[in-house]
Amino acid sequence: MKFALQRCCATSIYLTQYESSTDAVLNALGVELVDIKQFSCCGYPLKNFRYRAYLLSSAHNLALAEKEHLNIMTMCNCCYGSLKHANQILKDHVPERADINASLHKEGLQYTGEVAVRHVLDILHAEIGIEGLQKKIKKRLDGLPIATHYGCHLLRPSQVAQFDQPADPSKFDDLVQVTGAKSISWAKKLECCGAPLWGINDELSLDLTESKLSDAKRAGAAFLCVACPFCQIQFDRVQRILHSRRGADHALPSILYTQLMGLALGIDAKTLGIEKNEIDSTGILKHFS
Amino acid sequence: MFFTVSLYISLVIFVFGLVLKVSSWFRFTLDPEDEASKAGTRVSAALKGIFLTLFSRKILRVVKAFFLDILFQSRILRESLLRWVMHMFLFWGFLLLLLMHALEKTISYPLFKDYSATLNPFLFLRNLFGLMVLIGVGISIYRRFFLKMPLFTNRMDRYALVILAVVMLSGFLLEGGKIGSHTAYESMVEEYAVTASKEELKALESYWVEEFGTVSSAVKGPFEKEILAQGKEVHEVACISCHSKPQWAFISYPVAAVMRPLGGLLDRAGIPVILWYVHFLACFVGLAYLPFSRMFHLIASPLSLLANAVMDAKESDPANLMTKQLIELDACTHCGTCTSRCAVRIWQEEILNTKILPSEKLAPLMAFVQGKNLDEEKIRSLQEGLYLCSNCYRCTGVCPVGINLQELWFKAREAVLARGIPEVLLLSPLSFYRALRREELAQETYEKPLSSIRRALEEVCNRVDLQDSVLDIQKADLGFRKDLGLSDWGESYSFCFTCTTCSVACPVVQRYPNPPEALGLTPHQIIHAAITGFSDPIFKSNMLWSCLGCYQCQEACPQGVRVTDVLYKIKNMAMERLKNKKPADKPS
Repeated sequence: MKFALQRCCATSIYLTQYESSTDAVLNALGVELVDIKQFSCCGYPLKNFRYRAYLLSSAHNLALAEKEHLNIMTMCNCCYGSLKHANQILKDHVPERADINASLHKEGLQYTGEVAVRHVLDILHAEIGIEGLQKKIKKRLDGLPIATHYGCHLLRPSQVAQFDQPADPSKFDDLVQVTGAKSISWAKKLECCGAPLWGINDELSLDLTESKLSDAKRAGAAFLCVACPFCQIQFDRVQRILHSRRGADHALPSILYTQLMGLALGIDAKTLGIEKNEIDSTGILKHFS
Repeated sequence: MFFTVSLYISLVIFVFGLVLKVSSWFRFTLDPEDEASKAGTRVSAALKGIFLTLFSRKILRVVKAFFLDILFQSRILRESLLRWVMHMFLFWGFLLLLLMHALEKTISYPLFKDYSATLNPFLFLRNLFGLMVLIGVGISIYRRFFLKMPLFTNRMDRYALVILAVVMLSGFLLEGGKIGSHTAYESMVEEYAVTASKEELKALESYWVEEFGTVSSAVKGPFEKEILAQGKEVHEVACISCHSKPQWAFISYPVAAVMRPLGGLLDRAGIPVILWYVHFLACFVGLAYLPFSRMFHLIASPLSLLANAVMDAKESDPANLMTKQLIELDACTHCGTCTSRCAVRIWQEEILNTKILPSEKLAPLMAFVQGKNLDEEKIRSLQEGLYLCSNCYRCTGVCPVGINLQELWFKAREAVLARGIPEVLLLSPLSFYRALRREELAQETYEKPLSSIRRALEEVCNRVDLQDSVLDIQKADLGFRKDLGLSDWGESYSFCFTCTTCSVACPVVQRYPNPPEALGLTPHQIIHAAITGFSDPIFKSNMLWSCLGCYQCQEACPQGVRVTDVLYKIKNMAMERLKNKKPADKPS
């Protein structure tokens, strides 16, 4: 199994542990990841500003992957949503595809619609499978209560995302539970982390983050688990800023799914960058046996 | 005399420029508010930093960077073999020519007992080094003008190529001319073969015509063997100790051969003398102009590489970090590596602003830092270019001269924003990265640009006021409705029957006890306003700019209105309106 990896721009300095843990976990599971040097940003940040520039960015990467006869794997919900949405538009709307291809042509590229866009959770759930993962797992958690956070664009809009039931998803919970954790139910599970407004309306962004943290904590979570760089940065780095501005009442460490799975697969904590999480999440190590 | 005078003039200009440039590293700043930015503080911090580095273990990192990054240029090799070959040829060819040939009086003569420009290996090496530079120039021209690459070539790049090519080509032509030159031959004879008899001189000349390519009108071949043997004897006494066979000048000798049919004529017309003038004057122009041209990277780039080998944002003195950024602005060679790897390079296809591209930001940034009189439009486009960056860090990772570009963008973005020109992109998710470092900024510095763009929005969208109890339909924006309805993302808005489900589903609306007060319009009201064509209240509503893009509303809509996508489309339209400061279309 081989995929072109869309690395998210947000991971390169602010979340290097997501890159290293993804590489390590997929390597351990026999999934080959290819870095295409010319890959661009998925275009997500320009959706507010210039729709066509967004579409062109995504199309650029789809065309590059198509040239290499590879499907794309993303490790970010926003990259996933953007690429998948663009893919749908380019496949279904012939005039838009022709228009975008006219621009891609200048780069010596064109897109015909042959690429599938997959999320890392989708690969793990659909390709490796819960049973497959079970066989590879070397260490198990002791029923540690974890609040699983899906992140918006993995589920919505459902016509685009097509990962799971949009209102009652279970796949990510299955993936968390297979490590021996207990994926708890909590009221704000499917809500936004607040990251899209971080930098535009910081107080509102912090409000949303804070309410999610307090809700998860109230439901008994010891950790949050996420699979999107923006969600993780929000729950980790921004949570630290939240503490310094509003106090640490709702302190709750967040761990990336690839870190969690990596630990279960017996990969060492250093490779997974557990100590790089700003809200100390090394406490999870003692729950593995 | 002319040579000496022009040398000194160019040296004076060079030193003046050097002082100007080096002092600019301490005089200019990206953060005038910062105490650490003062020139005096920075000079002493720099001296202290250098002193401390010299006597610490960090010196090992300096040594490593010197060999690996400067002499071996490993960072270029990592990116492209062709570029590495090009630059190694340019760098080593130029450097060795400079040391061995241009500075022969100061270096080669004292260093080598038997040094003579016409003696091997120096004769051969001069050609070799010159050829290396020419190959480098050739590859560069090929890359810049023939290879299909995202590479921008500006005046300075062309100047660098032209000056190098002129110096090298005039050098080869000059040497070729001298090989054939009878005048040059005669002046050598006068100096080194004064004791020879007339007959011996004739034999010597025959020998040189035969073996050294001298063009002579006095003797003509074919020569008898005895004459040549006699000439060789004289040659071995008078000439051989400081004149190798010119065939070793493997470029210049063929050049001389081409010139030979016209040799006498060129010689009498004084062409070698003219070429000599061209050659040294080109060198002096290059020297004098060096501090003012991109060739200044010869000095700034190694410094940038060495500084970056030992400095980092967390540990180093802020004064030194600022100085380093100024050196980095000079260190850029405009090679375009950053742009070729830029994750948002493709945006430039759609948003026509070259300053999106990292390699094209540095020159205007330099002008900005130096306080040059940039008009508002130039600052605006630089600001947009600086903001249109996904902070992926790739430019920094690949820069062959080790410039921490990402850090430069961060500082520069704030410096430009401080000028107070409203930036629409602050309302895009690109602000995420700015906010991640908000703790490094004063609260006012951080918040001012955000409030300024909201104010600009209020000013542009002032045709309709929601406080009015009755909205005047005459003020509806029909162009807006049409644009929205024709777009793929916007068209579904007209299915809305105002059931308010979207507003109920919205997590932002849920945050407020009195949503209309806090948000202006809630999602269903936005859709309704769109149906009636009132764009201004939508554009300035807090709701539009507080939309998370989480798709809860869209997912919940029973009518299949793609609410979130409609909001995205409206944001695009608002940004466009703001950018062009165009008032709403009047109803037709």
